[in-house]
Amino acid sequence: MIRVVLPAHLRTLARVDGEVRLDVAGAVTQRSVLDALEARYPVLAGTIRDRDGGRRRAFVRFFACELDLSHEPPDAPLPEAVASGAEPYLIVGAMAGG
Amino acid sequence: MTGVRVLVGTRKGAFVLTSDGQREAWDVSGPNFPGWEIYHVAGSPADQDRLYASQSTGWFGQLIQRSDDGGASWAPVGSEFSYDGVPGTHQWYDGTPHPWEFARVWHLEPSLDDPDTVYAGVEDAGLFRSDDGGHHWQELPGLRGHDSGPSWQPGAGGMCLHTIVLDPATPGRMFAAISAAGAFRSDDAGQTWRPVNRGLHSDGIPDPDAEVGHCVHRIAQHPARPSVLYMQKHWDVMRSDDAGESWREVSGNLPTDFGFPIGVHAHEPDTVYVVPITSDSEHFPPEGRLRVYRSRTGGDDWEPLTKGLPQKHCYVNVLRDAMAVDALDSCGVYFGTTGGQVYASADSGDSWAPIVRDLPAVLSVEVQTLP
Repeated sequence: MIRVVLPAHLRTLARVDGEVRLDVAGAVTQRSVLDALEARYPVLAGTIRDRDGGRRRAFVRFFACELDLSHEPPDAPLPEAVASGAEPYLIVGAMAGG
Repeated sequence: MTGVRVLVGTRKGAFVLTSDGQREAWDVSGPNFPGWEIYHVAGSPADQDRLYASQSTGWFGQLIQRSDDGGASWAPVGSEFSYDGVPGTHQWYDGTPHPWEFARVWHLEPSLDDPDTVYAGVEDAGLFRSDDGGHHWQELPGLRGHDSGPSWQPGAGGMCLHTIVLDPATPGRMFAAISAAGAFRSDDAGQTWRPVNRGLHSDGIPDPDAEVGHCVHRIAQHPARPSVLYMQKHWDVMRSDDAGESWREVSGNLPTDFGFPIGVHAHEPDTVYVVPITSDSEHFPPEGRLRVYRSRTGGDDWEPLTKGLPQKHCYVNVLRDAMAVDALDSCGVYFGTTGGQVYASADSGDSWAPIVRDLPAVLSVEVQTLP
């Protein structure tokens, strides 16, 4: 079970409170987690990464285990603590704008 | 006619303002989608309960929301706007080729007779259409694919398709306007387009007969006389009597002919409204006095409308999509400001009062007349 924390605007869009819990088949990577997230909540498609190409939106960041994973390859394995559900995968709206 | 519903898009959410036919007491609901930029909210002429809203932020991109109950509840529909084929390039500010990139939906124009059909004008300039209530969007590529497309350049606000006018009398005829490419007309329901900018003159273009490159801010049409178009250009207020084939300036005695919105009275095709703004570098009313100007002669002769509007220390702007009229017997006129006020006049502009004073900056105002 993967735990995902969404920023407030995306929780509103997806109509969820608190963490999202996802089952991810196979390797636990940023790509597979986001694929599972968008499959569960289609309204989030395009809000975190481009629909085609999967490029992270400029003002979105990915954190876990006190690490900034935003620039990591999308198919790199996520930390074991995320894969085991001990730690959440954080999707963060960057501090920008007004 | 029993009432009106004013649909307001702001920098931080959407608001719905309702009143009866007297338009004195108002119910204000919102914000809907708090924290998101709402570039436009529009109602279907064919179904008063069907509304569409363009919702976006720099963080999370573009969404389209739909209401089937007049704004009481909303649900997201489709938001995938993919240009048809290989998008190619337009000109960037420095003259170099720049790939066409979708940024946001500026304007939604529901069909006149089908609530499930709606057009979307987007940045970078393109025209999209949905025939299933906003779930799926297809580009009408004939506009962006016009021969002049690679030469189009963005205005300061981005290269946006901000105006869509559907001709109620001539089947298949529609108009679109792009900053800073100009006005375009289609006579085959959007399949093919041609520029309709003859008579426009812009200081920033060396060729006085330039086919494109004009910074058109807004086009308005009266449904009873659709061959007449009014235009607020970057500078100049213009009029066409031949469906855009040619234009002539009707700025007349305006204190400045720079501005953004332009509107036409619901029952008087020769009564036109503009909001003069000091200049392209000073986006506020001349002398700090907020004045709507009205012409009852289709342009050239203009009178200031000031009753109820601030006449000192007012430095707001009125954006291109932020003026609308209702269709009650005594025509109502509405506009919103970047200072968060929405003003209403129930007497064709003779007098004004604020419905609300302290909303976020207003991006768009539309009005539905309720039976």
